[in-house]
Amino acid sequence: MKLKQLEGLLGNLEQFSCPKIELEQYPTSAHIASRMLFSAEKTFGDVTGKVVADFGCGCGTLGIAAALLDADYIVGVDIDAQSLETASVNAEDMEVELNLMQCDINNLNWRGQFIDTAIMNPPFGTRKKGADMNFLSVALKVATRAVYSLHKTSTRDHVKKMALRDCDATSAEVLCELRFDVPQLYKFHKKKEVDIAVDLWRFVPPKDQERVVKTFSPHQ
Amino acid sequence: MRLLTHNMLSCNIKGVTNGFPLRIEVEKSMEKEVDFNIDFLKSIFSKVEWTALVEAARSLGYNDLPEEVVDSSTMLESSDFLKKFHHALLELHLEEGALICPETGRRFPVNKGIPNMLLHEDEV
Ligand SMILES: C[S@@+](CC[C@H](N)C(=O)[O-])C[C@H]1O[C@@H](n2cnc3c(N)ncnc32)[C@H](O)[C@@H]1O
Repeated sequence: MKLKQLEGLLGNLEQFSCPKIELEQYPTSAHIASRMLFSAEKTFGDVTGKVVADFGCGCGTLGIAAALLDADYIVGVDIDAQSLETASVNAEDMEVELNLMQCDINNLNWRGQFIDTAIMNPPFGTRKKGADMNFLSVALKVATRAVYSLHKTSTRDHVKKMALRDCDATSAEVLCELRFDVPQLYKFHKKKEVDIAVDLWRFVPPKDQERVVKTFSPHQ
Repeated sequence: MRLLTHNMLSCNIKGVTNGFPLRIEVEKSMEKEVDFNIDFLKSIFSKVEWTALVEAARSLGYNDLPEEVVDSSTMLESSDFLKKFHHALLELHLEEGALICPETGRRFPVNKGIPNMLLHEDEV
């Protein structure tokens, strides 16, 4: 599949109909989502034929992008039932298979090292401090191959330190800097927050970590 | 919910140590055909907890999986075995029902094929 084609398909997806502020619900644009998954596959081979988890999947954009790039099995997790229903309809419309589950990422308890690659656009932690880092730490425990995530550029040093030092990631690399249109969904958004600088990261999880079943994050 | 997803899930209540596998309570199940992907089946096999899959399939009314896989390298060459494994792992769905923690009996509801693993405040 070509990048433009992928972007075009993702552009048709239904997004949050009444976004919940406290959960930081805003979609990843088709432009960004397509590039995120495309480079994950074309540069690193992390998607096609892989088992992929989409953390905070919302309406399923990233997971569906992975499916369109022929991931073998995709699990989407979100705390919000309404978004999951939209994700389910989106997957059906696109004729792809998403396996959805409702769970708070902080209480995820998976066994078996099934997940190769985690992809996510986590809450930036503007509503709930540390939410972004909690997502990252859980993803680095669950994924065995790679984690792709978006974080505010202003937090770059912190993200790096957190990944390498606290989560023992093997590597943490900014693939590119993006402009992220957080649409003015919420009245409290100050103007300067509408278009923010965001990094696309690729992390490699610790190699020989003992994959304990419990994955409670340290920042709760 | 497919049984591969079921195979990943264990009870996430704090303090629970024997939360796997979750028992399946069925109100409605269904079957949906998906493409047969032999490489995927072979690579995922070693990660699957076999007994849990056998029991889960049985609770959805599918009894054709062997109780035990003794010689997995031979089995994984058998197309008959792979077809059954494929069917149980990827084509059976729990649509409505619940997942039950073997230790505490806590019910996690499954609606429209989506398991709800949200915890109550006193469970985290
Ligand atoms: C920025 S949105 C991204 C949505 C979607 N992945 C996308 O790319 O369009 C963040 C998502 O994380 C979910 N979320 C927030 N906190 C969560 C938590 N603790 N556990 C699971 N999901 C959560 C929200 O419901 C929302 O769907």
